[in-house]
Amino acid sequence: MDAFSPRSLEEALEIRAVRPEAIPVAGGTDLWVEVNARRIRPAALLDLSRVEELQHWERNGTVFVGAGLTFSAIIDELGEFGPLVEAARSVASTQIRNRATIGGNLATASPAGDSLPVLAAYGADVVAAAAGGRRRRIPLDEFLVGPKRTSLAPDELIAGVEWTPVPGPGSFAKVGRRNAMVIAVASACLQLDEEHGAVRLALGSVGPTVLRAPRAERLAAEALAGADPAGALVEFGRLAAVEARPIDDRRGSADFRRHVVEVLARRALAQALEGRC
Amino acid sequence: MLIRTTVNGSEHAVEVAPETSLLTLLRDELGLTGSKNACEEGECGSCSVWLDGELACACLVPAVQADGRDVRTIEALAEHGVLHPVQEAFLDAGAVQCGFCTPGAVVAAADLLERDRSPGDRAIRDGLAGNLCRCTGYQKLLEAVHLAAGRGEHADAALLGGVGESARRVDGAPKVTGAFEYATDLSADGMAWGATVRSPHASARIRSIDTTDATRSPGVLAVLTADDLPGKTTYGLEFADQPVLAADVVRHEGEAVALVAAETREEARRGAELVEVDYEPLPAVTDMEQALEPGAPQVHEYGNVLRHVHIVHGDPDESEAEVWAEGYYETAMQDQAPLGPEGGLAVPAADGGVDLRVNTQWLHVDRQQIAPCLGLPEEEVRITLAGVGGAFGSREDVHVQIHACLLALRTGRPVKMAYGREESFHGHVHRHPSRTWIRYGATRDGRIVAADVRLLLDGGAYASSSPAVLANASTFAAGPYDIPNVRIEGTAVYTNNPPCGAMRGFGAPQVCFAYESALDELAAKLGIDPVELRLRNAVRPGSVLPTGQVLSGSAPVAEVIDRCAAIPLPADAAPEGSTRGIGFALGFKNVAYSEGFDDSAEATVTLRSGPDGLEAEVRTAAVDVGQGLDTVVAQIVRTELGVERVTILPASTEVGSAGSSSASRQTTMTGAAVQGACRELLDGLDRIPPAEPITRTVTYHHRPTTGFDEDGQGDIHVALSFAAERAVVDVDEELGLARVVQIAAVQDAGHVVNPQAAKGQIEGGTAIGLGLALMEELKLEDGRIRNPSLTDYLIPTVLDLPPVISAFVEEPEPGAPYGVKGIGEHATIVATPAIVSALRAATGRTLNRVPVAPDDLLGLRPPARTAGPPPVPDVAGQQAVPESVGLGLGQQELMKAR
Repeated sequence: MDAFSPRSLEEALEIRAVRPEAIPVAGGTDLWVEVNARRIRPAALLDLSRVEELQHWERNGTVFVGAGLTFSAIIDELGEFGPLVEAARSVASTQIRNRATIGGNLATASPAGDSLPVLAAYGADVVAAAAGGRRRRIPLDEFLVGPKRTSLAPDELIAGVEWTPVPGPGSFAKVGRRNAMVIAVASACLQLDEEHGAVRLALGSVGPTVLRAPRAERLAAEALAGADPAGALVEFGRLAAVEARPIDDRRGSADFRRHVVEVLARRALAQALEGRC
Repeated sequence: MLIRTTVNGSEHAVEVAPETSLLTLLRDELGLTGSKNACEEGECGSCSVWLDGELACACLVPAVQADGRDVRTIEALAEHGVLHPVQEAFLDAGAVQCGFCTPGAVVAAADLLERDRSPGDRAIRDGLAGNLCRCTGYQKLLEAVHLAAGRGEHADAALLGGVGESARRVDGAPKVTGAFEYATDLSADGMAWGATVRSPHASARIRSIDTTDATRSPGVLAVLTADDLPGKTTYGLEFADQPVLAADVVRHEGEAVALVAAETREEARRGAELVEVDYEPLPAVTDMEQALEPGAPQVHEYGNVLRHVHIVHGDPDESEAEVWAEGYYETAMQDQAPLGPEGGLAVPAADGGVDLRVNTQWLHVDRQQIAPCLGLPEEEVRITLAGVGGAFGSREDVHVQIHACLLALRTGRPVKMAYGREESFHGHVHRHPSRTWIRYGATRDGRIVAADVRLLLDGGAYASSSPAVLANASTFAAGPYDIPNVRIEGTAVYTNNPPCGAMRGFGAPQVCFAYESALDELAAKLGIDPVELRLRNAVRPGSVLPTGQVLSGSAPVAEVIDRCAAIPLPADAAPEGSTRGIGFALGFKNVAYSEGFDDSAEATVTLRSGPDGLEAEVRTAAVDVGQGLDTVVAQIVRTELGVERVTILPASTEVGSAGSSSASRQTTMTGAAVQGACRELLDGLDRIPPAEPITRTVTYHHRPTTGFDEDGQGDIHVALSFAAERAVVDVDEELGLARVVQIAAVQDAGHVVNPQAAKGQIEGGTAIGLGLALMEELKLEDGRIRNPSLTDYLIPTVLDLPPVISAFVEEPEPGAPYGVKGIGEHATIVATPAIVSALRAATGRTLNRVPVAPDDLLGLRPPARTAGPPPVPDVAGQQAVPESVGLGLGQQELMKAR
């Protein structure tokens, strides 16, 4: 048997437990690039595309988004989560968005994964599942342990991602070398937390994993409490750039990436401050 | 596993492997080749299909996921022979050129219109964002979708038009339905697959090759190395310096080392991975200036100078110049990136010869190179053109031809080879990276009186067409300006970088970027408007070029400049936070081959009475790479013979050479041969309709040219045409991101044969020039390509192209059929400097290297620097490569002239 097509998550997890060599695949938009290039040769497949319970999302105090939700579905159904929808729209093309899932974005764990800065800014947890109904919540920063590396155990699958909705404006922005079909050279998601007077800033493609920018966040929180929050914009951008840890690679220089972070962070905070009133 | 899937309404039960993609299942198992394989990484959309009604890239769908699901492909779109409205609109709008991206784009457009019946421009662009096109510049794709949405006029009046009309493409219908057969779509009964083993090193000695494991691998039929070659061991367009298979050393990454034939594509690829080559890495020279230094590693035993061209006319040191402008400019290695990768099918023949179908630009020069390497006389190698899928110069050199034939002759089986995208990047030549130092001297009133140019081209490891590219670049290096005192030193060097050769523009884009940038500098120093400075100095009929050649043909350069400058600018202003810049560039390019080469074209036309009246048949070896030559030929026949029904037979070596589909030459050359054959045919006709079929064959020769003399003087070029573009660009000042807002383009065309197709050339050519200006670069590290994929070698998407407003100046070229001039390359040449000029205007920065990175626009990276003008090699005369390098083959006529 070299392909498994479970219909339920529990069934998938049971297969996962006994056939760890079967590579999980949902949309295939990342994995199959590797397969076509012969960098991965799957001995067997665990097809998750027929597990309907992975394709639902619900809001019940917290928000839970099943790993199998495609970016097209996110755009259609999760309109209230602006930054997430913006990130989903920035993913490749219709062809890819129709297939690529948020769970796949997490599993690939690329530093440039478009939804990851949003999930980081939301303070999301990854819900990992194992056979026998076992579930564990992994904070995103503990889930993403390095470029293309996660802390998911070999017998686990990503069930979904969960966060507590944050009241306040937010945004996502991404920069690349062309206007479509581009892997982020740098991206940023900013989410204002009106309840706690806090600002969350997460950066993509400027470190081994998605990064939060705590110093910039602290500065912004202090500024929010003050009389002239907009006065902190420039310093906010500067601190964000300092906290980025970019490298030079074929897609962009470290200098440019750091510069983009500075601009995107400042613009995002300015936009959020405007969005408050 | 066994899957059951419904494809276009039919159920199929198929055994698939875990690694099989839906695209492989469709193409290789079900024979549905309308969905194209162009990248296999979801970048290009050429394999767009519907999976349970959702648009998807079939290349990224595991075949097992098609189990129990419904797949709909391009093949299902036309019903009972009636085209889908989107397909009709693509034909009407002229949205089809090479057609390789077309099935995917048609599917994506149909999907968009199913979701949104009346999408606006932005929605159409978003809907097509995942469909890369390399030919059209997207403008006509957008027009097609608007048309399909019920906006705009259907233009089917000129379906069968003659010269001067926007006739529909003769190959349009099969291209929009997916029926058109490209080289990578070919198949035959009993077919085996070939795969290539390529060097991972830029420079290495081959200690040994162990083929034991590969030979034993399941399905493997043959493994070939250099030891198995039956004939000549090297080939090349101008010098036979490129090994069929590397024997003792490899000189660039991607060089072919061994070949494997196996029952399936997968088995061939596995076999290739099992060939063990023991390499001893050697020092590599990967910098073009370093290549000229004493003691640099020698790529070939005869040194690193591939060719030197020395042109001197007047004396730039003794001119009356009062103001000098000097600049240094670099261009990166660009790739043609045609959407259709290389492919071919070689079938061993009963006579011991071989029949080859392949995508190429010139069948006969392929054969000239292939036959000796197979140890066969030329007549036993018969080549028929397969669907090309775009070329832009990348198909001038041999790719799968010799390898596929070797494997077919060895195994006695038909052998197919089809490159994937990564192998395509390694399997064809690229545009030469260049370094140009240029100095213009002018009088204070704006008369350019001197030009001094030093030019270096990186030819990579093998010569390809570098000598001719260098000659072109050198003769154009001072610009289309009337300058009495000129000195040009051009050098092409060997390095251990990937070989470079022909690409749209053929040496002209590199120097146009340099001379137009320097001209802007000069205009600024003189305080003269840059357009005005160009007008004052532009060549005109009777002008003397730096080679001493007197411009004898049509040259309405002033009108080209004036009309381009007069095209209305965009009505809107730059958005907040962005600065708008406007740039202008003028350029020129030769038509047909130069330096004494007689690239003649033969055509045979038959007129007969058919069941439905008069019909004509045309037979040539001329290649329609996607530019629309077959349609142009049909238009000429309709005009000349007054018949509507014209059949264009497949191009093959069974008739005489038509020369290459390059150098903007086929409308002139094959056009003239077809026109001549039609006219001779009419002369021989006693009555219409003729009682018996009547056939005439004509071979057309352009006027003779000469090679260079010691001072680089000569009547080098057949004819020249000119073009200007004006670019409007907005730059986000903070992010350093550029957006081209509008391109105005005017082309000197002699006489336009097909206005819609001609505009398609301008729009598509502009897109490739825009790519070089802003994003396209093969990035090398120690001679190795770091980005051989469409994910990382970025070409413009539909969202990167602005409206291109184009117009033609029609002043007939004496001696050319209908007065035509080639127009295929010019937009590419002028778009790059026009856009960079606009970027300079917007940012005030020195931008002397393309592609321009955001880092450059932000000042994060300093301009390219040089210690001084690039070096001139110490070689005598115009030519450096010794005659010992297999000059008996290749383009021997060209060599004689030199």
